[in-house]
Amino acid sequence: MNPLCQLVEAALFAAARPVTAEELVVLDSDASLDDVRSALEQLREHYDFDGHGVELVELAGGYQILSRPAFAAAIERAQLNTRQPRLTAAMLETLAVIAYRQPVGRAEIEEIRGVSASGVLRALQERGLIEVTGRSEALGRPLLYSTTPLFLELLGLPDLQNLPRAEELSIALQPPKPESIGPDDAAAYVAADA
Amino acid sequence: MTTSAASLPNALGSVVLSAGPPIDSARSGGFVVELEAFSGPLDLLLHLLREEQLEIADIPIARIADQFLAVIHDLGLNQAADYLEMASRLVRLKAQMLLPRTDGELWEDPRAELVRRLLEYQQIKEIAHWMAGAVERRALRFGRGYLPPPPELPPPPLTLDLLELLSAVDRVVGGILHPVLHRVVARPLDVEGATRKLLDLLATHEEFLWTEALGAQPSISDVLSVLLALLEMARHGRCSLSQPAVFSPLVVRRESALPAS
Repeated sequence: MNPLCQLVEAALFAAARPVTAEELVVLDSDASLDDVRSALEQLREHYDFDGHGVELVELAGGYQILSRPAFAAAIERAQLNTRQPRLTAAMLETLAVIAYRQPVGRAEIEEIRGVSASGVLRALQERGLIEVTGRSEALGRPLLYSTTPLFLELLGLPDLQNLPRAEELSIALQPPKPESIGPDDAAAYVAADA
Repeated sequence: MTTSAASLPNALGSVVLSAGPPIDSARSGGFVVELEAFSGPLDLLLHLLREEQLEIADIPIARIADQFLAVIHDLGLNQAADYLEMASRLVRLKAQMLLPRTDGELWEDPRAELVRRLLEYQQIKEIAHWMAGAVERRALRFGRGYLPPPPELPPPPLTLDLLELLSAVDRVVGGILHPVLHRVVARPLDVEGATRKLLDLLATHEEFLWTEALGAQPSISDVLSVLLALLEMARHGRCSLSQPAVFSPLVVRRESALPAS
């Protein structure tokens, strides 16, 4: 490893959060952004090919050194580190709506999920996964919510583009145009129901 | 159209009836549904449709409405609002589906809105499921542990004798440039003395100005002592105080109840 690569490794080791390449440039006045990027790449290869228990992960717009998944069970068993409390189904669904529609107001979230959202929104805010990023121009100027970098960290994603794309899901995100059915079919329904 | 017209009272009747034992679920063996397992009425609706292997785009509203009502029948009041709103929507849809329609007129399916919402919600659920998996995968990797500050232990018991303590005080005081930290001044107020003086005056005078009790050149503490004594005596009813004009000296008057000594 060259000196810059070592410096980058030391900085990532010292930081308790993902660090962006832009932040790492500050470490060395002679280094350019490209130098830092190639140092990061070198570090990643070093971890991957020289047999290390940690790896370099792209996370929430930055880079972080994380232990490899294979060792998770042993680390937890030895109580050296613990997982965060789980998210409830309501939290995950609300996060999903916000992640795709952000910035989005409470009314739209409630419309999509069919249940009131105030309690879930507060819980997500307390965990730092969403934040208020503005107000809608609609009546009453309701608050608009967006996801935070911590949300990306929690999911292990480099950025929001890494969420599954709508077309990759079995149903398109865009609501399909409802086809009106003919009166004859409908009459058949009624007959069947009766 | 005669069939639908004839079935109208029947179908509406079953809505009312479903407040009692549900017909449909009773016939299908009465499957048990835990409402806590659902994150909302749309979730429950999707579950019912899956259970019956029904197409979302083509919901038999009457059947689903009855089942929905049957499931939420035992609902606690605190969760009820969201589910009841959906129930009323379903009942209305059921009624709308039964309205007679004239042939040829373009018919707008009243279920379209519900279908759109169900499809949308199903997709949200799919994303939520994917996200749960992502969280699980991420949770398998640990960053450097956050180092918590050392726990606050109670201080160990102090073991030293008086000599050590005094020498420590000496060392501290010795380092001070002007070692006088605080001069203790005896309390200068003499309320008791002032009271005695006032009582003497009251014994000889029916009425006098309070300045008479002050002496020739009173200090601030003298004035305060007399004032406090006066107020205290007035409170106990041993004299009365009045002020004839603004800023004029107080007039002290013997209370009639007080026997002249």
